[in-house]
Amino acid sequence: MTTTLPAYDEVVARYEPVIGLETHVELGTNTKMFCGCPTDFGGEPNTRVCPVCLGLPGSLPVANKAAIEAIIRIGLALNCSIAEWCRFARKNYFYPDMPKNFQISQYDEPICVDGYLDVEVGGETVRIEIERVHLEEDTGKTLHVGGATGRIHGATESLVDYNRAGIPLVEIVTKPITGTGALAPDVAKAYVAELRDVIRTLGVSDVRMEEGSLRCDVNTSLNLPGQEWGTRTETKNVNSLRSVERAVRSEMLRQASVLDAGGRITQETRHFHEDTGDTTPGRSKETATDYRYFPEPDLVPIAPDPAWVAELKAALPELPRVHRRRLQEQWGLSDLDMQSVLNAGAVELIEATVAAGTTPAAARKWWLGELSRRANESGVELAQIGATPTQVAELQGLVDAGKLNDKMARTVLEGVVDGEGSPTEIMTSRGLEVVSDTGALTAAVDEAIAANPGIADKIRSGKVAAVGALVGAVMKTTRGQADAKTLRELILERLGVQG
Amino acid sequence: MAAISREEVAHLARLSRLAVTEEELDMFAGQLDVILQAVAQVGEVAAADIPPTSHSVPLTNVFREDVVTPCLTPEEALSGAPDAEDQRFRVPRILTEDVAS
Repeated sequence: MTTTLPAYDEVVARYEPVIGLETHVELGTNTKMFCGCPTDFGGEPNTRVCPVCLGLPGSLPVANKAAIEAIIRIGLALNCSIAEWCRFARKNYFYPDMPKNFQISQYDEPICVDGYLDVEVGGETVRIEIERVHLEEDTGKTLHVGGATGRIHGATESLVDYNRAGIPLVEIVTKPITGTGALAPDVAKAYVAELRDVIRTLGVSDVRMEEGSLRCDVNTSLNLPGQEWGTRTETKNVNSLRSVERAVRSEMLRQASVLDAGGRITQETRHFHEDTGDTTPGRSKETATDYRYFPEPDLVPIAPDPAWVAELKAALPELPRVHRRRLQEQWGLSDLDMQSVLNAGAVELIEATVAAGTTPAAARKWWLGELSRRANESGVELAQIGATPTQVAELQGLVDAGKLNDKMARTVLEGVVDGEGSPTEIMTSRGLEVVSDTGALTAAVDEAIAANPGIADKIRSGKVAAVGALVGAVMKTTRGQADAKTLRELILERLGVQG
Repeated sequence: MAAISREEVAHLARLSRLAVTEEELDMFAGQLDVILQAVAQVGEVAAADIPPTSHSVPLTNVFREDVVTPCLTPEEALSGAPDAEDQRFRVPRILTEDVAS
């Protein structure tokens, strides 16, 4: 399509976006939701399966207590009410990613309802209302072969691995989010980031978007001010925080261009493409009634004991928002500064760097400076940049010890990001180290003075500013490996001038 | 009035990917209608104080501990499969698009 998209500013001036997010989180339990097969990532195909998750006749599911506990804790952390009684339901559909031809899920009786999560965007707190949190089982992985990929027989078919089938999956659904205007893409991203942090804090999932243990579907619609909500589309395949923001933005632009041209939005599933940042239509959505949900007859209802729920609530850890406020105080940051740390995804990284012995100011300088710049350039999350808090702390340690100056530290950090090794290793292998041997430095200074008698005279006669030229000359002979401040003092001392 | 129409039976057959002939539609619609009407009689005798039930046993909270149990070997897992390739189940492709659920 070559349609020219309207400018984002114009779109948000004319239309009001409504967004909604459905997030799936794979729980980090030892075993699957309804059987004792292990859940660890990877593994040869069909090595983590049993009669239950293969849907063999006569097998019966039994719910994993750890998964029930995990979802109740998630619900409590999201300020939800916990159902006193609820059931699993069968979602019937015909697709081989589930060998039973149905998925065990929850329908009209989710275990957690009516919560909220506060997120910070642009210095404001936005309350995202949570409609429901329910438990279901993940599906198997299908690999499509044949036909277009050029197989000899050309028979189009799928190969299925059921290792993932049956892993407990928590689905968290927001209510429609309105009134965020131009900030809608940022709100969507901030929500998923906050949700990820909450779930990680609870320790119930490793929430790695790149490994698919946290997956996000984004609903977007546009309407004219004062009018009813527009038709929404559901964008799937949104697998990074950055993509959440890009998916909302690109779908807003696409819908605006359709509406501007007098067209109508089709209610459909769209797929997000990481490389181009836009969406293309997927299969048309089956209506809810087509899934023929009914209560799962092989599982008994869940009725969490209120005393157990109260106990779980009392034992919740300090949640990220509260934790951040404490860090902000410890680090002595303004709201605005803390917001930039949060936006950069650097809270935990700085925290870990400080824990490794660096001052908050130095840790913040590296993560928000060089490293954020590199992450933006290569379009990756800061946490995936390739430098660890331990390495940053080591680097700062070398600076503090006077072994590296600021410029050299930047060079070393580049090497760390490029995977050349630890800061100390890179310093050695690249021959970078501040020349602190005063004898060698004094010799270099004397040499520079001798080579530039004119400049030396100027400095002696009081034009101290001219010292820069000699500093430059010495830097050249020491290949930049001297500390500029020390050098300046040394030159003035050798010339008998007060600095 | 019939409890289920011929069209509804055709719709259910399509959702279940069952090839049902015109004659079978007539036959199944009639049979399912009799079954549904028989079941509906239960609703007539159930008073307002009898809640609907989905289980025959009055149990809740039957859980298992989160402990790994032995799996099948891939050979065992695939032994009943009509077809397999690369240690995976081989099935006809169902939809034309890739679906990530």
